[in-house]
Amino acid sequence: MSDDLPAAFPIKRGRVHEAQGPGAWSFAAISAGLMDGVTLWCQESWHSEQLNPQGLLGFVDPASVLLAKARDQAELLAIAEESLRDGAVSLVVMELSRPLNLTAGRRLQLAAKTGRSTGLCLIADAAGSAAAETRWRCDPAFDAKDWTRQRWSLTKNKSGILGAWDVRWNWAARRLCVVSSVRE
Amino acid sequence: MFDGIGQRVVCAWFPRLGSDRALRLHPFDGPFALTLKQNNANRLYCLNAAAEQQGLHRGMAYSDARAFCPDLQSRPADLAGDEAFLQVLHRWALRYCPWVGFDGPDGLALSVTGSAHLVGGEIALLDDMQQSLADAGFSVRLGLADTRGAAWALAHYRAYAGPDKPSGFAAPGQSLQALGDLPIAALRLEEKTIVALQRLGLRTIGSLASKPRGPLARRFGPDLHLRLDQALGDMPEPVNPKAEPPHYGVRLTLPEPIGLAQDVMAGTLRLLERLCEKLKAQEAGARRLCLTLRRVDQANQQVELKLARPMRDPQRILALFERGVGAVEAGYGIDQLRLEAVAVEDLPTEQASYFVGGRKKEQLDDLISRLGTRIGLENIQRFVPSDTHIPERSFHRVPAAHPLSTLPTWPAVPSSGADGHPRPLRLFTAEPIEASGNRPPARFRWRRMALTTARAIGPERIAPEWWHEDNNWRTGLRDYWRVETQQGRRLWLYYTPQNPGWFVQGEFA
Repeated sequence: MSDDLPAAFPIKRGRVHEAQGPGAWSFAAISAGLMDGVTLWCQESWHSEQLNPQGLLGFVDPASVLLAKARDQAELLAIAEESLRDGAVSLVVMELSRPLNLTAGRRLQLAAKTGRSTGLCLIADAAGSAAAETRWRCDPAFDAKDWTRQRWSLTKNKSGILGAWDVRWNWAARRLCVVSSVRE
Repeated sequence: MFDGIGQRVVCAWFPRLGSDRALRLHPFDGPFALTLKQNNANRLYCLNAAAEQQGLHRGMAYSDARAFCPDLQSRPADLAGDEAFLQVLHRWALRYCPWVGFDGPDGLALSVTGSAHLVGGEIALLDDMQQSLADAGFSVRLGLADTRGAAWALAHYRAYAGPDKPSGFAAPGQSLQALGDLPIAALRLEEKTIVALQRLGLRTIGSLASKPRGPLARRFGPDLHLRLDQALGDMPEPVNPKAEPPHYGVRLTLPEPIGLAQDVMAGTLRLLERLCEKLKAQEAGARRLCLTLRRVDQANQQVELKLARPMRDPQRILALFERGVGAVEAGYGIDQLRLEAVAVEDLPTEQASYFVGGRKKEQLDDLISRLGTRIGLENIQRFVPSDTHIPERSFHRVPAAHPLSTLPTWPAVPSSGADGHPRPLRLFTAEPIEASGNRPPARFRWRRMALTTARAIGPERIAPEWWHEDNNWRTGLRDYWRVETQQGRRLWLYYTPQNPGWFVQGEFA
């Protein structure tokens, strides 16, 4: 376990990344807050879980988040690809219900490369795509003193090392801190 | 009396506007009628000549009409459509003179003073109108006289029938001679007055005009002579032209049908260029566009485009049409394209600016329009805060393309810091868990996970808003707890003291 913020974070621009686990939403929110520009959050319309802008407040200004409701995953991928290619939004968050196949993953990568915007897929466990640049597993961890603590493990990285970090979110400074392993 | 150039007015009456319009779309030779539901009974509203020959008349009950004439074809009347069509006829009539007004729900009044010579004289004008309307499938009755009243009387009681017949036309200053033997109903009087006058033996306009005015005015009031004077030109009755709203529709008719998507796009570009010229002249921008493609077999295909903000740039709008046009079924080919800006908003001209923020905003709006063609513009939303403590109503989602006067401002300082009352990132419909007591349970199961409470912070009591009917808040007060579990998950639980029960409503991820 290392003490520094992972080199792979903030996630690389112009690529598509993946996040999974119960903390994936806050991973997405933190990533959105670290980029300037508009975030497009794509969701299938049947989802009953909704994004709460009041909860986003600590991470990113909710006014810079647009929500897109797609009928199904094919439509969701189509609008995500279009927005990535266009480059008008800096981050496209996709909530995926089914794993991506290689073609779809590759198309998203190419679109992100063209538009220089970043994609982030929120995926279920074991639904990763081979085309993703990095894959993060985010698990909130209990800490008696700190209620933002999470354990982020990098389980796939096309251009760097893997690893795991205990991180916490500093509300006041709006930045991510790595919890030093010595503290334990 | 005024003796300069006299007024000349044409009155055009469309006695069968509704049925002619319906038959134009679906031709049929036999008796045909439009029905309208009045006082819970279906009555004939408008019939064609064949139906009238069978003895049917307007206002007759539909079931009676069916009994008289079993092969009667009918269709429900579309009053709004008829009214809209009269507007179309109004625009068409502007080719004869610039001063056209409506005359009841089924007529037009044209003030052709000084413009009849442009089509070769008054008789030629009447001929031309009659011919064009007949070609289009409309029966029309025309009258031309010095006044609106006289033209109305001629149109309704002695319509123009051809250049060689002395009807439908009153030479300048000859109104009384032309109207003299028409029945007094031609004066647009009330039914009651007409009956009373007929009982007095005054059956024609001529006989009415020759009687002394005093006794008649005492009996029937000033209205009777007002109508007479209006018809004879002693009282003015102007034609009120309708203010012409700018019309944002253009069309392109092709000599040969086309079927390739790129041809349709090329045609659309031509239309867009013309439409955007019009929009630019009015400093407006299109918000919603409708492209109607008429196929050779008369089937219409429509492509609707909603824009995230008003636009009038042909190239940019064209790119947004690409998807819709690609989905069109051309069939045997398309021979007419019609483009209309259905919704238009003000778009003042702006100085070209290279300010980066503005360009970025424009690019984002374009993207929203493009995504909107795919998933619907209302499915792209943004969050707007609202002032309430109820968590699920503390924000609402409005379409991102919705014109907001100001962008929503969310509080700059996060109220959800470690202290204060943080709100979860994810909200879901409350899921009940098994627990009792007013303190969070030490162990509970949620979504088939066994969780152990490690720390619970709360309660934060939120009372329902009595001024809102909300079924979710039927259970009364809620005590919200932020529960951190040993397993890591941080949940937002609430307890309803008035109807004891525990629920999970959100997760702080």
